[in-house]
Amino acid sequence: MKINLKIWRQKNKDTKGSFKSYALDNVSTDMSFLEMLDVLNHDLIHKGEESVAFDHDCREGICGMCSLYINGRPHGPQQTTTCQLHMRSFKDGETIVIEPWRAKAFPVIRDLVVDRTAFDRIQQAGGYVSVNTGGVPDANEIAISKKIADEAFDSAACIGCGACVAACKNASAMLFVSAKVSQLALLPQGKPERKERVEKMVAQMDAEDFGACTNTGACEAECPKGISLTNIARMNREYFSAITTSYEIELKGGD
Amino acid sequence: MNWFTSLLTSTLGRKMIMALTGLFLVLFLVIHLIGNLQLLKSDGGNAFNVYAQFMGHNPLIQTVSIGNFAFILIHAIWALLLTLHNRRSRGEVGYAVSNNSSAWMSRSMGILGTLILIFLIVHLQGFWFQMKFGNVPFVTVDGKDVKDLYTVVDAAYQNIGFVALYVFSMCALGFHLWHGFASAFQTLGLNHLKYNPIIRFVGRAYAIIVPALFAIIPIWMYLN
Ligand code: HEM
Ligand code: SF4
Ligand code: FES
Repeated sequence: MKINLKIWRQKNKDTKGSFKSYALDNVSTDMSFLEMLDVLNHDLIHKGEESVAFDHDCREGICGMCSLYINGRPHGPQQTTTCQLHMRSFKDGETIVIEPWRAKAFPVIRDLVVDRTAFDRIQQAGGYVSVNTGGVPDANEIAISKKIADEAFDSAACIGCGACVAACKNASAMLFVSAKVSQLALLPQGKPERKERVEKMVAQMDAEDFGACTNTGACEAECPKGISLTNIARMNREYFSAITTSYEIELKGGD
Repeated sequence: MNWFTSLLTSTLGRKMIMALTGLFLVLFLVIHLIGNLQLLKSDGGNAFNVYAQFMGHNPLIQTVSIGNFAFILIHAIWALLLTLHNRRSRGEVGYAVSNNSSAWMSRSMGILGTLILIFLIVHLQGFWFQMKFGNVPFVTVDGKDVKDLYTVVDAAYQNIGFVALYVFSMCALGFHLWHGFASAFQTLGLNHLKYNPIIRFVGRAYAIIVPALFAIIPIWMYLN
């Protein structure tokens, strides 16, 4: 199949970018979207032009590295990651517009690559359990109901791709943060640090300049891992109860 | 940062304030509507005038009404802060193509709210201000002198432009609440599989019925 591409090109963080058009003649419908870009880059390098920079790693939908805002939607027309998107989702002769994630907290570094380390800093602020040394506890010592285990697992499915931020009109990271808060808040192992965790992670989320959720639901509709808005309600509950009842902690997000 | 300041200034805290003030206004509108429906009684406005007199002089109502004004102000100011903050978070360069998969009401809360605010100013200037500070003539109902607000309202609703503004603004209110009612519960963390359907149902019923009843009053009075 033939396709036309309109791709955002930008040298670095400090320069202004613009769209550039490319045409590809021999695209197989079985190619993944990223393979199609590989073919384009191969051509560009042969012609002595600068290749298009884009993020990717596992190419099997589990790492969260691939991004791309394709034809007005994060990860393109399917609710999946870009590496799992195939060219059969597009029509022959179609023009495909590819943009980077847009958010103040995700600055463009080059072409389609954005800096998502804001997510890492939120995780570092509290998205962990402190594991103290000692013997390994017996596997069945801590009883967890199946329902709760499933729910925690669903939240833990978040791969930190940032599609929720990209889709949100407020560039809010609440779907991501709430998934990370939930996966630990639901389980006994996460309970000791529960209050401190949510307070610190929300403070860091605000310090990174993400927006505030207005419950539009655009994130849930685009999340490749089906993380639901229920997580955001849970985070809100966790946060309000934590901030009104915890011992005072130093609340200062920063880098 | 002091915990209370961070509660009020964090993104989650700001949203909580929006939700609490919004839900208070939802309750207020029900009371307001019940009073206004007295306008539809064909008793020359007696029932309505007695109600208006009561609302204007009962100390409890007066106290709640100060809170009500404060909540409207807080809701509007926090809405502005929130909307500006969210705009900034989006960054300077926008998307060239965007197929946002969310309902337009949920994306237009700021605009819908602004329409409501403009309406509120016109509305308060026309009736509340007249009642408090204007020259509203008195009538006698059951041996008591009360201000004849009914005549002021009746006169205002003979103006088709005024009636149109009311109906239009009630549509804006309906859309605001179609999203806002359920959204407030979500914001407060009140999301539960058992109760979500009922919250959504009550919210949508409210968003249709309450604005519709408010809008019927000026239409009915215009036609009579
Ligand atoms: C004074 C004019 C008003 C403005 C500027 C305004 C603006 C806003 C904005 C920007 C939001 C946030 C959108 C969101 O979070 O989804 C909001 C939410 C809301 N508003 Fe208003 N609004 C106004 C009046 C009202 C009135 C009169 C009511 C009630 C009858 C109301 C009820 C609500 C509710 C229930 C919410 C949902 C809160 C939440 O999402 O957590 N608003 N408003
Ligand atoms: S919540 Fe979904 S969209 Fe957001 S980062 Fe996690 S996996 Fe990606
Ligand atoms: S490259 Fe790992 S999820 Fe797409």
